[in-house]
Amino acid sequence: MKRKNHPLLGIHSLLVMIFIYVPIAFIIAYSFNSSRLAADWSGFTFEWYASLFTNRHVMEALGNTMTVALVSTVVSTLLGTLAALTIRKVGRKTKAGVGGLLYLPIIIPDIIMGLSLLVLFTQFHMPLGKMTIIIAHITFCVSYVYVIVTTRLTGMGGQLEEAAQDLGADAWQTFRHVTLPQIMPGIISGALIAFTMSLDDFMVSFFVSGPSSTTLPIYIYGQVKRGISPEINALCTILILVSVTLIFLAQFMLNRGKGQKKQSVLPF
Amino acid sequence: MIELSGVEKHFQGQVVVHPLSLTIKEGEFLTLLGPSGCGKTTILRMIAGFEQPTKGKILLDGADLTSLPPNRRDLNLVFQHYALFPHMTVEDNIAFGLKMKKMPAKEQRERVHEAVTMTQLTPLVKRYPHQLSGGQQQRVAIARAIANKPKVLLLDEPLGALDLQLRKNLQSELKHLQRSLGITFVYVTHDQEEAMMLSDRIVIMNSGKVEQIGTPREIYATPTTLFSATFVGENNIFSQDGRLFAVRPEKLKAVRNQDGAKRMGEVLDVLYLGSIHKLIVQLDDEPMTVSIVFDFTDDRPWEVGEKIGVNWNTEDEVVIGS
Repeated sequence: MKRKNHPLLGIHSLLVMIFIYVPIAFIIAYSFNSSRLAADWSGFTFEWYASLFTNRHVMEALGNTMTVALVSTVVSTLLGTLAALTIRKVGRKTKAGVGGLLYLPIIIPDIIMGLSLLVLFTQFHMPLGKMTIIIAHITFCVSYVYVIVTTRLTGMGGQLEEAAQDLGADAWQTFRHVTLPQIMPGIISGALIAFTMSLDDFMVSFFVSGPSSTTLPIYIYGQVKRGISPEINALCTILILVSVTLIFLAQFMLNRGKGQKKQSVLPF
Repeated sequence: MIELSGVEKHFQGQVVVHPLSLTIKEGEFLTLLGPSGCGKTTILRMIAGFEQPTKGKILLDGADLTSLPPNRRDLNLVFQHYALFPHMTVEDNIAFGLKMKKMPAKEQRERVHEAVTMTQLTPLVKRYPHQLSGGQQQRVAIARAIANKPKVLLLDEPLGALDLQLRKNLQSELKHLQRSLGITFVYVTHDQEEAMMLSDRIVIMNSGKVEQIGTPREIYATPTTLFSATFVGENNIFSQDGRLFAVRPEKLKAVRNQDGAKRMGEVLDVLYLGSIHKLIVQLDDEPMTVSIVFDFTDDRPWEVGEKIGVNWNTEDEVVIGS
């Protein structure tokens, strides 16, 4: 039986989509505009993309962003995975408590995260720079990795590990041959999300960055204060492309396990 | 072979398995039969080592297993939902236990070959579990367990997730496999027909307690408790002079002449079940119905609403605990 939807529902959905995507479409479109002024369209060009790569400030910010993203991804993936593996074994109440606390940084407003970290670093007299940004990014990236790996572990259930033990595998063999291969897609997916989150974080980084540690989002913010240049549009377009690609890749990885239920990394 | 002595299990103050002592003989096919939640799976998991008994000991060949972890017990469990490793081929699944024991590669191949031949999986060895049907997955689970040549094979409702026809086929395959391997099988099921067909002995369980232990014939012919009388096969329970006794439907006789009949009643329903007829009779003096099974020797069909007498031989009464 085919259900017919109300015609207004389609129009409504379309309006919502326009509302969400038109601003992004503008940025992408104007990154190819040969005119310096955003107001008029004077032809198609790749010029701004080319000039990005010769811009020393952009390249430096890109370097910082990459260092921060890579280091915080590796560390948070390790910590988040270990947390997921450990918290699974504890009692139900502890699990709810600690698991909830680990989930919290996803919900806490970024501005609070940024401010509280800044206060903390100042208390410890830590100079603001790449190191403080990395620590800050790890604090919220761990949560994403934890949530995703936990989802995967829950989906796996306990029976496979019991089967391995029953067949003579000790704790390490069970982990190495059964648990790890089963949750690997979740770990990779968590790492990709962590990388994306670190890559485009502005708020937290803004609070804890120092003079020599400008990341791309902070650089873009600084530039925009002096007017939106086509280079910024180009830079944003690249960031959008990279983020979307990584998220889709993460989604694909999480569902790669054979015979698993479909899971999503995009509930938030 | 396996000895459970005074084994009991409590979960959060609740008794799930009441004190149980049981000796399972070598080469025996023993079934734990009971409704869901009766504790049969818990017993199996205690033997496998996934649950620790609250009290009591479990011995295998005279050696105390109770404190050994599952990976150091010389027995294997076939899980209800198979628990095949999704990232390994059929072959790798079957070789898993051998690999963990660091068996030489040549011997591993021989063992896998043997297990695969016995379970008729030869053309499927390169496939992954998700490419197999339920029945094939079940075969892999069994092959994976028997490749280790365990002293005892534990099976937790292994056919529970399969459809009826497939279940029937696999039942006879299992029985055949058990005979040719000569391994002790401890089998858990809630399907009384399956238990009757496969087992050398059946342990009937209800709410954590053993109701009766016996061969299928003993259980059917001489049930000792009300629960085992009614759980296995159909039965009619009568009470007379403060005692309870059971008479199987095929031992009851329907008679048109009501003189001298032990009970009177009215035919509620006549059921044709192919090879047999069945009458459902409402007794006059007692608020109960009985079923009577007989073959097609009677030429006049019974009619609904007809008044009849119900009779049986006194020696077919099976007295069950009051």
